[in-house]
Amino acid sequence: MSIHRTLRNIFFTAIIALLSGCDTVVMSPSGDIAAQQANLIVWATILMLIVVVPVIVLTLLFAWRYRSSNKDATYTPNWDHSTSLELVIWAAPLAIIIALGALTWVSTHQLDPYRPLDRISKNKPVPEGVEPLVVEVVAMDWKWLFFYPEQGIAVVNQLAAPVDRPIKFKITSTTMMNSFYIPALAGQIYAMGGMETQLNAVINEVGSYDGFSANYSGEGFSHMRFKFLGMTEANFDDWVANVKTNGDELSRTVYKVLEKPSEKNPVHYYSSVAPELYDAILNRCVDEGSVCMKEWMSPHHKGHDSSASPNDHHGGHHAQ
Amino acid sequence: MSEQFELSKLIFGRLSWDSIPLHDPILLATFIVVVIGGGAIVGALTYYNVWGYLWREWITSIDHKRIGVMYMILGIVMLLRGFADAIMMRIHQAMAFGDATGYLPPHHYDQIFTAHGVIMIFFVAMPFVVGLMNYIVPLQIGARDVAFPFLNNLSFWMTAAGAGLVMASLFIGEFAKSGWLAYPPLTGILQSPGVGVDYYIWSLQIAGVGTLLSGINFVVTIVKMRAPGMTMMKMPVFVWTALCTNILIVAAFPVLTAVMTLLSLDRYLGMNFFTNDLGGNAMMYVNLIWIWGHPEVYILILPIFGVFSEIVSTYSGKRLFGYSSMVYATLVITILSYLVWLHHFFTMGSGATVNSFFGITTMIISIPTGAKIFNWLFTMYRGRIVFDVPMLWTVGFMITFVVGGMTGVLLAVPPADFVLHNSLFLIAHFHNVIIGGVVFGTFAAITYWYPKVTGYKLDPFWGKASFWCWFIGFYLAFMPLYLLGFMGVTRRMSHFDDPSIQIWFQIALGGAILIGIGIACFLIQLYVSYKKRDSLRDETGDPWNGRTLEWSTSSPPPQYNFAFTPRVYDNDAWWQMKANGFVRPSTGFMPIHMPKNTAAGIVVAGISAVFGFAMIWHMWLLGGLSFAALLIAIIVHTFNYKRDYYIPVEEVEKVEAEFEAKRNEVLA
Repeated sequence: MSIHRTLRNIFFTAIIALLSGCDTVVMSPSGDIAAQQANLIVWATILMLIVVVPVIVLTLLFAWRYRSSNKDATYTPNWDHSTSLELVIWAAPLAIIIALGALTWVSTHQLDPYRPLDRISKNKPVPEGVEPLVVEVVAMDWKWLFFYPEQGIAVVNQLAAPVDRPIKFKITSTTMMNSFYIPALAGQIYAMGGMETQLNAVINEVGSYDGFSANYSGEGFSHMRFKFLGMTEANFDDWVANVKTNGDELSRTVYKVLEKPSEKNPVHYYSSVAPELYDAILNRCVDEGSVCMKEWMSPHHKGHDSSASPNDHHGGHHAQ
Repeated sequence: MSEQFELSKLIFGRLSWDSIPLHDPILLATFIVVVIGGGAIVGALTYYNVWGYLWREWITSIDHKRIGVMYMILGIVMLLRGFADAIMMRIHQAMAFGDATGYLPPHHYDQIFTAHGVIMIFFVAMPFVVGLMNYIVPLQIGARDVAFPFLNNLSFWMTAAGAGLVMASLFIGEFAKSGWLAYPPLTGILQSPGVGVDYYIWSLQIAGVGTLLSGINFVVTIVKMRAPGMTMMKMPVFVWTALCTNILIVAAFPVLTAVMTLLSLDRYLGMNFFTNDLGGNAMMYVNLIWIWGHPEVYILILPIFGVFSEIVSTYSGKRLFGYSSMVYATLVITILSYLVWLHHFFTMGSGATVNSFFGITTMIISIPTGAKIFNWLFTMYRGRIVFDVPMLWTVGFMITFVVGGMTGVLLAVPPADFVLHNSLFLIAHFHNVIIGGVVFGTFAAITYWYPKVTGYKLDPFWGKASFWCWFIGFYLAFMPLYLLGFMGVTRRMSHFDDPSIQIWFQIALGGAILIGIGIACFLIQLYVSYKKRDSLRDETGDPWNGRTLEWSTSSPPPQYNFAFTPRVYDNDAWWQMKANGFVRPSTGFMPIHMPKNTAAGIVVAGISAVFGFAMIWHMWLLGGLSFAALLIAIIVHTFNYKRDYYIPVEEVEKVEAEFEAKRNEVLA
């Protein structure tokens, strides 16, 4: 029966694809958050397969068994109701969804990107007194600008971080809506103009990983990529020192030039940054004399319940 | 000199010879093919002198059956365009690796993926679904037409006008480069000053009016015009799903209209609803568009669930298992579809509680959907399943759709979505449910009801060929995309650096080509069946031993559908009538009151298209004139009092006697 053979082939191809899927960056990442997300995908899939596999098998089985040429099979043309069967039909998906819903509630809170990390990896809590490395991310047309406020440096299209130290990203955009995504590190979050989103993550292995925008943002979108470097503590310090010695100055004037749309920008280091530049970008007041959003919006601002707004009051939702 | 310049701006707005993309060889070649093809069709129609016939019998027709067929034709034509876009993208992505840039520059590639999405949803899937409802619903409820026949004709032409504007953008100017939902700020006037986004806005606005009017029409038709005895719980499941879909349309499409209007105000009048500055907020647009957008996917899939319910019951020779459970599942889906929109943007940074709420409501939808699948399954159980082509599509659907449903629920888990959002996994998921659901269902429906519409069945060989090409082609084209999603490959990319993933795009291209062959098989099937129509003829009106009222009429049904309004006692009304030895009455006919054809629909829609075109190009003079003309045309139409006529008894008698004679001849 050709239907059977084809379906079997498709099934095996799917299995092979699924297995090779295990070896991908999303399913075997190098950061603890992404690893937990991959784990979640596996568990959710297993839960759903409990219903999906029987449905597929029964479909094929019934289609074969009750084909019209099989006169041995029972035929009950008027049988259209069975309370007990209906109960099972509704209860089986319901049970799965209750389990999956619980898993969703817990994991969504656990893996909320705004939530400060409490562990570096499995069985390894964040050591006492370790503060996260803060990186301020700006999605630009069409490149990424990273500010390191502690170090006082900025970099275009390259991001570095020491392994096993929590990183706190604050993310905004100059114009378009983009999505900040390093699959090996953690899930993505949107970068939006005049708003700030946050992401807490940690990288556990030394290496060079792909980062990019995962939300289409126009002509230069395909090349809006950068390398994320996971480094040892010592190498990271060297990297910072290198940026400090070999970098240029990022003044507001320089920024205004950088802000213009461009594609395939090479990595560029800035050893010093104009004061409050990230804040000015976020509040759309880089230009001399322009009023910052947080100032002219402040009277109305307090009552807002927007999660991604200039003055980070998202933390307020997460009473910790 | 400057005065003349001003005058030309007033008349032509932004339109100039530069707007015609003569410099682009791909578009030029397409244009030449369209001109030659269009010329050939126009020439043939003139040669065979069918313009008058087309005008009287089709274009101005307000017969729901004719309008249904016109919707289906529009869907098929636009499917070819949407597929052409798809195959161009697949070829480009299979090429553009490393140093190779592919053959499409970004500005062209970006238009193609936008047009593909817009066309497939608004001008393929929607016309298919609305077309099916148009043809089938009045027949299944024992009505002679819809509640507002003229409005129905207008709805169709408004949809066609919207499609026409999208097609015009191919050769005059450009289409949006924004993705199919046109998120600002990318679509704001600062980032997209060209005409592309305006084409998007006006084609959706005009088509949206058509869809909304047709939604109202069907809600009223189903609520008010059912045959006596057909209580709500005796309606065929397809009618139930159609009712729910149209309720969704009526509630959801005004949101689309409103959000498009706000975007227009931003673009035309410099307002700041969705800009980054002056208090504008693009998040508002994203929320609003998905408050329409999520119900939209249920608008598409619900009637298709109805189609499969009809087919699985007919070909299993068995009553549908769990009718009331099916109805309640449909209602639950209808309501829940309004409570899930945020799952399209978990990554926007809402708090964990908001995200979990929307994730869990989304999962809950899978419970009634799962119940539906089980109900089809247990309809097959202890049946006598005839594997005609519609049943092949149905089994293909059941297997494919559960996979798509599963990946959908996976995406509803917010932390999982964080890593899969906007990736090719997402693309694979929604093609999985839209192709595996809506497209498979449409082909199943076309094959199932084709004899009803034309009087002859479709040739099964080419139908099976089409099914297998689509089925295997789908898996080949989209399984690699699931995998690429796990590799962190994002959507809408026009170039890739990593050569190791090229093979998966090449496999996907192979799948797309196979789907193309599937479409070709379908077209060949139409042609072959027409050629062989005498041997495929159905004189009984009931070729599949059907269960619902449409099979009680002749194939094709008479203009008035039913000489006598049937009396309904069971949800498989025709099955029950047959079981009780129904005899078709041959006397006692009455004159039948029918609505009269009118040209007002195509006139109003035509003027709307001109108005839209004028607004797109900032041709203010033409815009003003066409708007005035639009108002006048509508007012004039209200003074048309010759709206109805009676079919005399003799004619009804003749038509009914002819059908009865032919039927007896075949059955004897």
